[in-house]
Amino acid sequence: MTSADPWQTAEVAGPKKAAVITRPAVVKAMIGHARHPVILLGNGAVSMGVGNRKLVDYLLDLSRAYRIPVIATGHINKALVERGFTNALVLPAVGAGQRIADPCWEGPEGKGPCDLAIIAGLPYPMAWTLLSGLKHFAPHTKTITLDPTYQPNATWSFANISEKDWQENLEVIIASAGGGTADV
Amino acid sequence: MVTEKKVTLSIKELDAGFGRIRDLSVSIGKLSSGDWAEAEGPTPYPSLATLRNWDHTLLSRYQPFYMPFCDLCCLCTYGKCDLTGTKKGACGISMPAQQARTVLLAACIGAATHTSHARELLTYAIGRSGRDCGLDPGGNAIGVEAPVIRLVCGEKPQTLADLETVLDYCESQITALLAVTHTGQEGNYLDFESKVLHAGMIDQVGMEVADLAQISALGYPKADPDAPLAALGMGTVETNKPVILVIGHNVPPAVAIIDYLGRESLTDQVEVTGICCTSVDATRYSPRAKIIGPMSWQLRYIRSGIPDVIVVDEQCVRTDAFSEAVAAGTPFIATSEKNCMGLPDRTRDPADAIVADLFSGRAKGALILDPEKAGEVAVRVARAVMPARRNSSSAMSPEIIREKALDCTGCRLCRRSCPNDLAIPQGMKAAGEGNLSLLSALYETCVGCGRCEQACTQGIPVHSLIVGAAAEKIKNEKFVIRTGRGAIQDIEIRNVGGPIVLGEIPGVVAFVGCSNFANGGKESAEMSVEFAKRRYIVCTSGCAAMSIGMYRDEEGKTPYEQFPGSFAAGGIVNVGSCVANAHIAGATIKIASIFARRNLRGNYAEIADYVHNRVGAVGVAWGAMSQKAAAIAAGFWRLGIPVVVGPHGTKYRRMLLGRADHDADWYVHDQRTGEDVYAGPAPEHLFVAAETKEEAMVLVAKLCMRPNDTTRGRAMKLTHYIDLYQRHQGALPDDIPRYIRTTADIPVTLKSEITRILAQSDWKERPIPDPTLLARDAGKERTP
Repeated sequence: MTSADPWQTAEVAGPKKAAVITRPAVVKAMIGHARHPVILLGNGAVSMGVGNRKLVDYLLDLSRAYRIPVIATGHINKALVERGFTNALVLPAVGAGQRIADPCWEGPEGKGPCDLAIIAGLPYPMAWTLLSGLKHFAPHTKTITLDPTYQPNATWSFANISEKDWQENLEVIIASAGGGTADV
Repeated sequence: MVTEKKVTLSIKELDAGFGRIRDLSVSIGKLSSGDWAEAEGPTPYPSLATLRNWDHTLLSRYQPFYMPFCDLCCLCTYGKCDLTGTKKGACGISMPAQQARTVLLAACIGAATHTSHARELLTYAIGRSGRDCGLDPGGNAIGVEAPVIRLVCGEKPQTLADLETVLDYCESQITALLAVTHTGQEGNYLDFESKVLHAGMIDQVGMEVADLAQISALGYPKADPDAPLAALGMGTVETNKPVILVIGHNVPPAVAIIDYLGRESLTDQVEVTGICCTSVDATRYSPRAKIIGPMSWQLRYIRSGIPDVIVVDEQCVRTDAFSEAVAAGTPFIATSEKNCMGLPDRTRDPADAIVADLFSGRAKGALILDPEKAGEVAVRVARAVMPARRNSSSAMSPEIIREKALDCTGCRLCRRSCPNDLAIPQGMKAAGEGNLSLLSALYETCVGCGRCEQACTQGIPVHSLIVGAAAEKIKNEKFVIRTGRGAIQDIEIRNVGGPIVLGEIPGVVAFVGCSNFANGGKESAEMSVEFAKRRYIVCTSGCAAMSIGMYRDEEGKTPYEQFPGSFAAGGIVNVGSCVANAHIAGATIKIASIFARRNLRGNYAEIADYVHNRVGAVGVAWGAMSQKAAAIAAGFWRLGIPVVVGPHGTKYRRMLLGRADHDADWYVHDQRTGEDVYAGPAPEHLFVAAETKEEAMVLVAKLCMRPNDTTRGRAMKLTHYIDLYQRHQGALPDDIPRYIRTTADIPVTLKSEITRILAQSDWKERPIPDPTLLARDAGKERTP
């Protein structure tokens, strides 16, 4: 098995596959270059453990650290509200994908079309198909998945990594916010 | 009159040498609509492009969002072609068109399957009851006997023979639709999508034919809200008797088994059990038959060794069912030309010879294309082999499970092949240590596909281990299901038509489709109970109906025991097998006919417009897996009825999504004034995948809103939507102003809160229209 195999072994996409995030600096740089990034937060982020915390907590830290608006899918908004995060845009994941793919969409904050979508916490096959839609129909948008499993349809994805590596990467990405432009 | 191949000769009065003839009418290849006085509408027997304008009206509001399942096209020898992004294939096709083409292929497969099934059933029904057998879906309780056929074909079928002409039409349309997918045909994605909707509509016609034929010929419950309860679950099987398992969707072999048992006075001595819709229809024929479960129960039940004979017909039969049966030592009979399973054709052999060969093991299986003979052979073989089979056990003991689990290397390939990403490696590790609880817990969410076993490098029978660990749970699978009642009575439509159209019954929610659930069938049961408690009308069919029955409340009652089977607020209505889905669509059409007195006859666009704007119906296919489910959904879409699918539903490659933030998309024509009026995003989507059960319930409540709702009805629908949203999303929805037309729409209990929200937005009161999307109707006065 190579590190860039889809987590679900049969989910082979095609010629255009995600580059593997080998260093957290890649994510920091992508965010730094984006004008209107969004975080698309799937329901699984509530139950997915990362060390002693949940994925949702890391993603909210990421949102706050880089001031990135959040689109809440599934019914994760309730968990966000419970954590004091009350300004997420609530949409079905596929509805969010449709809007991100629209170059005229003004984004969650009305500032302009989304040029970077950071996606985590969706069921793997749902993220796979959603990222495929964005790969083909959102040429103005780059995508990063922060799940610990390789998603071939993203622009950038972690390989299939251990929870320990995942945690370290997330912590570095969050901690490096505001630390200047990363060297990719 | 000659139209196409159809000839009708009418003689009012003729004096001939042999005598006088009066009022003679002879029809060849055309059904006779008797004294049906209803004026014919504009689109009887629509062809591929007849309803294109209606389709494009819907598709301009609900635009496809494609999520390709593959970057390539592999359909011709020019390819493979890389269609990534804006690249075109060698034939010139774009990615959107290729996706729509693939959706059309799926819808054609589904429509062809139901229509072919309908042909099988109709031929069987005519053989059994004669061509002149009258259609009788509900006696005097049913006046509109075939709402879909009336609407689409503009015909009023009266006999089984009449249905043959209808099927001729379906078959010709499906052939033409399939031709559309050939290389170098249609090139525009929206035109492909229009044809998807056409395939869905044809599918509904085919399904209606199928169920009308079997209800009329086999004496199923006829629109009976109190149809009897039948046993459901592996735990209900009496293993001290010979057990026959029927799998598939085409009921004649199961009927033949039941008839043979009756003739031989063996009814009490043999268990007839089934998986998938064959079992649903077997219980409609005889409620003594038992339903084991949906498709996901096939592997576990075959491997249990409980069935003494397996009889398969068509559709949703595991294609390895024969090899699994051989492994379990179970004699196997295939009965369909569409599903021969590589078996020798024994149709012309004497029953005695086939029984002897299957009993002795000289033959592991047989293809018998005569249902009567298959029925006799199945019973005789089951009775013959049963005693010896009960002396051996295929049950997997905890010790064996532990031993096999110890072979696990923890490579995780099982998990990576599992559609639901189940934590199998952790379960195997614990089992190896003697703790079976984790493996047993997986049983609840396992879809029974067996891919884990294909992936295992150690040859561990992973699925069997999971099932073995859940042995106690399986013993307790003892439930009941209300047998499929078929159509909805006219009186029921009269009673609820007004409250539905005015919005006072908050909606009709139909749980349909297969069992590819992300979190187990329990979620379908929970959702159906939630909406029944909220006084929605809940309908169900097929595998979804089984899943709903497989759970009990605190008092030990299944949903079918908690709620009535009537088409009324708070009812849970099991219409029957997959093909009975036509009755759910039919009920929405009958509301237009019986309540609103609209003409159905060949009048598709007007009625679909009526249903879309006034009937708050939503389909939920939580575990949809098949191409048939795709076709069923497409049939609902063309009627303007939204469908919600579970997370696996994104694999259907595209959604049909509205943009609530695009105000211009939500104007309707007001038929009273001729003005265009903003009506809000009601319903917001036509096809949408939900990630969780909670999200799905919120979506369903929202998608039940319609432009025609009265203020009282809208307030009630908003109450449910806001309540569910607050409960599951922890806040008030931010789209409330879009759904408030006047202050009278505001739910009383939320008045101050919503009034404040409206004051903070740019909300303005707006008229409640008499809505239509059809420009030609604007300005005409209508009954409600």
